[in-house]
Amino acid sequence: MDNNQKPKLAVWKFASCDGCQLTLLNCEDELLAIADKIQIAYFPEATRAVVEGPYDLSLVEGSITTPEDKERIQKIREESNFLITIGACATSGGIQALRNFKDVKEFTSIVYASPEYISTLDTSTPIADHVEVDFELRGCPISKAQLLEVVNAFLFNRRPNIPSYSVCIECKRRGTPCVMVSQGEPCLGPVTQAGCGAICPFYNRGCYSCFGPKETPNERSLSRQFVKMGYTNEDLVRAYRMFNAQSDSFRKESEYYEE
Amino acid sequence: MARLDVGSQVIIQREHFGELLEALQKKSYKTIGPTLREKAIVYEEIESVNQLPVGWTEKQEKGKYRLVERSDGALFGYNVGPQSWKSYLSPPEVKLWSARKTENGFEVEEKSDEMPQYAFIGVRPCDLSAINILDRVFLDDEYQDNVYGERRKGLFIVAVNCTEAGNTCFCSSMGTGPRSREGYDLAITEIIDGVDHFFVTDVGTENGAAVLEEVTWEKAGDSAVEAAEERINEAADSMGRDLDTDRLRDLLFNNFEHPQWHDVAERCLSCANCTMVCPTCFCHTVEEVTDLEGDHAERWRIWDSCFTLGYSYIHGGSVRKSTLSRYRQWMTHKLASWHDQFGTSGCVGCGRCITWCPVGIDITEETAAIRKSGKVPEEKVDQPQP
Ligand code: SF4
Ligand code: SF4
Ligand code: SF4
Repeated sequence: MDNNQKPKLAVWKFASCDGCQLTLLNCEDELLAIADKIQIAYFPEATRAVVEGPYDLSLVEGSITTPEDKERIQKIREESNFLITIGACATSGGIQALRNFKDVKEFTSIVYASPEYISTLDTSTPIADHVEVDFELRGCPISKAQLLEVVNAFLFNRRPNIPSYSVCIECKRRGTPCVMVSQGEPCLGPVTQAGCGAICPFYNRGCYSCFGPKETPNERSLSRQFVKMGYTNEDLVRAYRMFNAQSDSFRKESEYYEE
Repeated sequence: MARLDVGSQVIIQREHFGELLEALQKKSYKTIGPTLREKAIVYEEIESVNQLPVGWTEKQEKGKYRLVERSDGALFGYNVGPQSWKSYLSPPEVKLWSARKTENGFEVEEKSDEMPQYAFIGVRPCDLSAINILDRVFLDDEYQDNVYGERRKGLFIVAVNCTEAGNTCFCSSMGTGPRSREGYDLAITEIIDGVDHFFVTDVGTENGAAVLEEVTWEKAGDSAVEAAEERINEAADSMGRDLDTDRLRDLLFNNFEHPQWHDVAERCLSCANCTMVCPTCFCHTVEEVTDLEGDHAERWRIWDSCFTLGYSYIHGGSVRKSTLSRYRQWMTHKLASWHDQFGTSGCVGCGRCITWCPVGIDITEETAAIRKSGKVPEEKVDQPQP
């Protein structure tokens, strides 16, 4: 297809580790097919060639942590017809949102020799706190299969098959004996959105909730069960303060046990 | 050996039990049976008796399952684990069909995968009842379900009567165990007594009798048959749970607004584990996938659950938004509306949903709590329209 007729894709980066963008590059077998259907117009991690906006589809990685970010995301939104956030940082603020519970100035004063040069916000916030987002892909990092599914759905103008139910459903479909029940391993699967294929339970570990809270999560009930299994309040705070610490329901749950 | 009559009882000694698997494999059955995986007993393809969880049992509680060693070398000295046979009869993910784009439309692709012919080894009486229930759901209507039907057609069932009941079992209450009544090709009862170790075997079908022609058996004496009877009765007396089913349907329909529903909703995670492990929960969804070129499309059927929001999604949103409405839907379907729909209970008392609920919600306790303060109506009532 002639490049000019293809939808234009842009991939943007904010505060993040690049892992989610890498997922796109890791789509080795499918990358040619993607490039055949989509014009990769802006993707600095893959190519220095830049095609001007507006863009049909923008994938946004990373969270908002600086005053410049706040302005840049507004411009990106204006230039994008369809905007999808990719990964825990963009969708919930990421691991760097742990700063939201502490004093950032204290961190910068310890870490940097000249902290006065650091210009950063007090918080790390998801993209949806700043602009309207059309779809959110969860995960730290995102799943390659889900990324392809959402691009695919975009190309054919259909609804993506991205469920918001629990990891437990994927875990059971896969036939993994529940680690929580059969091994006494605390597992966040019952409050976490599916998408990873329940990898951790498959390898005999509890879920760490890379994909964040599922639809209608009931953290309090799961927390009580973790306490029965020997968790302290401090353990609970840690469990909910990982990649999705800033997600509304996880934040509330961790704050509850902090008091 | 000579062909036995349907209904006869024989003994297979422990050292000859392997011949049963061999006989089935010789007849091209894929033998599926209990085996250890990670820290649980699951159902997988087994080629020999050594792959059975020999010398293992399990302890089950609400939300807790632990493997424990046993010293008697029993082949079937445990009850049920996290999986049920529905994993094979209505698999978690099945491709229904696929199509390719052509110049003037599309073309449905030929299905190539041949259906395996399964022999299930070690089907517990509750699970045998569950298969009978699934037969009713999937096959006994004007429209039949091919996914299930194709896998069910050639199925050979070796049932195992229970001689010990698990702590979350309540098949006695549901009238489904601990003895298997119908639907098996062979049913065995394992007896270990000192140095004696044998299986009292009931022949359920001609197929079962034909397979036994290849297996070394002996006549079952009265004492062996009595021993089997006695052990099954012991299991019946040692159920870890019970459920009062007296007018249960009407009780539940009459108590749709009982405060207990709020209580359980506060604990329930809406994680759907109970439905995934239940041997009769059959719900699934259908997903369409396309390739990037848009030349190829597939339709898949995958397990779904009434505990998800998407399950009750119609235009405008989900019908069952609250966890309360989802738990109530599940439990009243199992214990009440199933009767209206299919003429039996949808629960066979296997206890899986109790053991495998991460927070230990117990269907027998929830029911008992409603019975304690809820009223059973004088007359039969209709299902309330929420
Ligand atoms: S291991 Fe975790 S994800 Fe899997 S069923 Fe158990 S609680 Fe759910
Ligand atoms: S409802 Fe629970 S006890 Fe009843 S058949 Fe299903 S899993 Fe077994
Ligand atoms: S009853 Fe238990 S297993 Fe079922 S959805 Fe609720 S928490 Fe999950």
